[in-house]
Amino acid sequence: MSDATRTAPRVIDAAVLPSYAFGHQSLMWWGTVGLMAIEGTVFALAVVIYFYIWTTVSPWPPSVAPPDLRYGTLNTVILLASLYPNWITKRAAEREDLKLVRAGIIASLVFALLFIGVRILEFGALNCFWDTNAYGSAVWLLLGLHTTHLVTDAYDTGVLGVLMFTGPLEGKRYVDVSENSLYWDFVVATWIPIYAVIYLAPRFLPS
Amino acid sequence: MTPPANPALDAIARPRATQAIVAPPRMWSKPGVVGFFTTVDHKRIALRFLVTAFAFFTAGGVLSGLVRHQLSVPDNTFLGPDAYNQIFTMHGTTMMFLFAVPVMQGMALYLVPLMVGTRNIAFPRMNAYAYWIYLAGGVMVYVALLGNVGPDAGWFSYVPLAGPQYGVGKRSDFWAQMITFTEVSALLVATSIITTVFKLRAPGMTLDRVPLFVWAMLVTSFMILFAMPAVMLASTALIMDRLVGTHLFNPAEGGDPLLWQHLFWFFGHPEVYLIFMPALGMISPIVETFSRRPIFGYPAMVLSLIATGFFSFALWVHHMFATEIPELGKSFFTAASMVIAIPTAIQIFCWIATLWMGRLVFKTALLFIFGFFFILVIGGLTGIMVASVPLDLQLHDTQFVVAHLHYVLIGGAVFPLLGAIYYWFPKFTGKMMSERLGHWHFWLMFVGVNLTFFPMHELGLRGMPRRVYTYAAEQGFGPLNFAASVGDITVDIAMLLFLINLVWSLWRGARSGANPWNAGTLEWLAASPPSPSNFTAIPIVGGRAPLWEANGVAGRVEGLVDDPPEVLVTSVLEARPEHRAVFPSPSIWPLISVLATTALFVGSIFTPWAVVWFALPVALALTIWFWPTKAETEQHLALERKP
Repeated sequence: MSDATRTAPRVIDAAVLPSYAFGHQSLMWWGTVGLMAIEGTVFALAVVIYFYIWTTVSPWPPSVAPPDLRYGTLNTVILLASLYPNWITKRAAEREDLKLVRAGIIASLVFALLFIGVRILEFGALNCFWDTNAYGSAVWLLLGLHTTHLVTDAYDTGVLGVLMFTGPLEGKRYVDVSENSLYWDFVVATWIPIYAVIYLAPRFLPS
Repeated sequence: MTPPANPALDAIARPRATQAIVAPPRMWSKPGVVGFFTTVDHKRIALRFLVTAFAFFTAGGVLSGLVRHQLSVPDNTFLGPDAYNQIFTMHGTTMMFLFAVPVMQGMALYLVPLMVGTRNIAFPRMNAYAYWIYLAGGVMVYVALLGNVGPDAGWFSYVPLAGPQYGVGKRSDFWAQMITFTEVSALLVATSIITTVFKLRAPGMTLDRVPLFVWAMLVTSFMILFAMPAVMLASTALIMDRLVGTHLFNPAEGGDPLLWQHLFWFFGHPEVYLIFMPALGMISPIVETFSRRPIFGYPAMVLSLIATGFFSFALWVHHMFATEIPELGKSFFTAASMVIAIPTAIQIFCWIATLWMGRLVFKTALLFIFGFFFILVIGGLTGIMVASVPLDLQLHDTQFVVAHLHYVLIGGAVFPLLGAIYYWFPKFTGKMMSERLGHWHFWLMFVGVNLTFFPMHELGLRGMPRRVYTYAAEQGFGPLNFAASVGDITVDIAMLLFLINLVWSLWRGARSGANPWNAGTLEWLAASPPSPSNFTAIPIVGGRAPLWEANGVAGRVEGLVDDPPEVLVTSVLEARPEHRAVFPSPSIWPLISVLATTALFVGSIFTPWAVVWFALPVALALTIWFWPTKAETEQHLALERKP
């Protein structure tokens, strides 16, 4: 660098920059990813609790039948299927296509109601209660934690949905929709290992 | 180093009369009482964190004074065993959860946005929420203590002592919910700090120009993200065992008390380092400024911080050497505990090299750093002793461990923190602190801390256990305990001098100007105290110590609107400008959300249904908080440019 450029003060004009951005450029993305890191750690530790208790207890599951596969598996299918409307919503948000965003959110909410409904049946089919024994406590802890996330994310999606119909709207609200979809993906993704632990571990783990 | 002549710097630091000098005072706060409850200014919120944390530090100090008074002579009846249990538990709980973590985060909330050259912390309303929820949790647990339902099972709340069988009443439930309050706060602040460091740096501040304090807080925040969930989950499990009859820690039904220890220490050991690491970050700028030269070995310093962050997650079992863990496992954790000394040592050697090659200016802040070297090294040496299994089995649960942990935490965190207060007080207030009182404070503190804790090594070696409310005269522990109690009074006097210095300097201290120490980092470019927007214009950064280098401040950013407040968002690695972001205005809803959350948390101590009942007000408050108004949206639309 020459001496002349070294002393000449530069000026950046921020007014010409965009006033929002999607994906990892946006602050919301970092906030959401931070939340995912925290919640992901909580899930991982809840799984650790399950396996820790498994090491101290024999047979496994202790004196109860494993959870019925029916509702849990059905819900896995529903959750995986919900990724599609969720993806449509995210893509529509990034293109700022209001009509499609509205439709996508409504479709996502239908799925949300469906899997929360099936989740209630899942609790009834666990074949144990939280106070049956430590195994039951760990299973209820896992399913309870995941259900909390289903409910809060469904609520968030509902709030955003209402906003998309009533306004007031501006560009960065589409960023909110996009990041909410990212969080939805996370809630679905975490379900897969939790499903495996709750439903498959009691069947396949050596007791 | 004298600041070089720099026209770009002049344009920002000393604006011409025609330029707008100060941003509108209402940028982040409304006036008056309403403003007090609704502000989203990172500086005001940070100072609240600091004042509140030091208030809890004082309360925790009073509790330790009661402990020292009780132990000063044998067979003392000043405190009974029950009161003693509550008091030592609350001392530890206060210092770890209500002081150490929040005070460090408070420093970061104030300094990080200034050091990276931006106008506010990311997610400012969330930070307001984080402060109020921290305050609510601290007040709750002290109300419980005053009502004789203070936690009494130690700051680590081991089961089965804290479980449903032995921990009767609501004492441990208050402890468990205090955890929820404070960890929610810490997690929110950590997320904000990470986002601020990655996305709000001034243009030109590439990652290899980030100040070391900011690096330290970045690593600390990541550690918080992965460590604190463990204690939140553990305390939730504890409250479930106590309230709804789960059996996670109940061996009769397949649970295991050791599971608690694993979960707690998976948080608890990183906790030590996430108290220590911000302090490491504070030492570097102080050493740099008062040796009048840039830090020696910047890349080694940064890598050491990151290495320490990783290693700190591989040590937790060394708190459990006295349990039935497999021997091979213990050897692994012994090795890991010794390995972590390496990155710490690298940093200490880099500081020594910096000091060695510098021209030292002996201000109070630097004295506290020298105090850190001395006390921390003793704590580190006893740490290496207790990291070995056979020695630990002998010393476990004795006063030796009390001595070790206080040397580490006071030497490693409190001394640098006090130095940091002397160093940054002029920035916070625009006033200088008294150096004379500061020197008295330092020397009394140094003598007092050593007098209090050094005898405990010997007491521990002779077999005096921790957590006992008294001892018999024939055991011969009396004289050394008396010395420790005299040391504690010395520390109290030192801290009283510190308080007097703070108040007096705020009232009568000399004006400091923007950069009283001729330091090199960006916070010293802002006025003291900084204006609401921090900088008259966001600087373009051209070096690691912008105020010390000829091209350090290479220009400025223009075109950011003040109302509604806009900030500049830049790229993660190279800090290239990406977009503007409109930040939220002041709001009462973070506070209202905290009130609703508090009702939920406190209610759930008594009935699980509180979670159901209060979910609705919490959801409602958060929704109104988020909901955009028409007027706001119109303002934003006027400034909108699509990506």
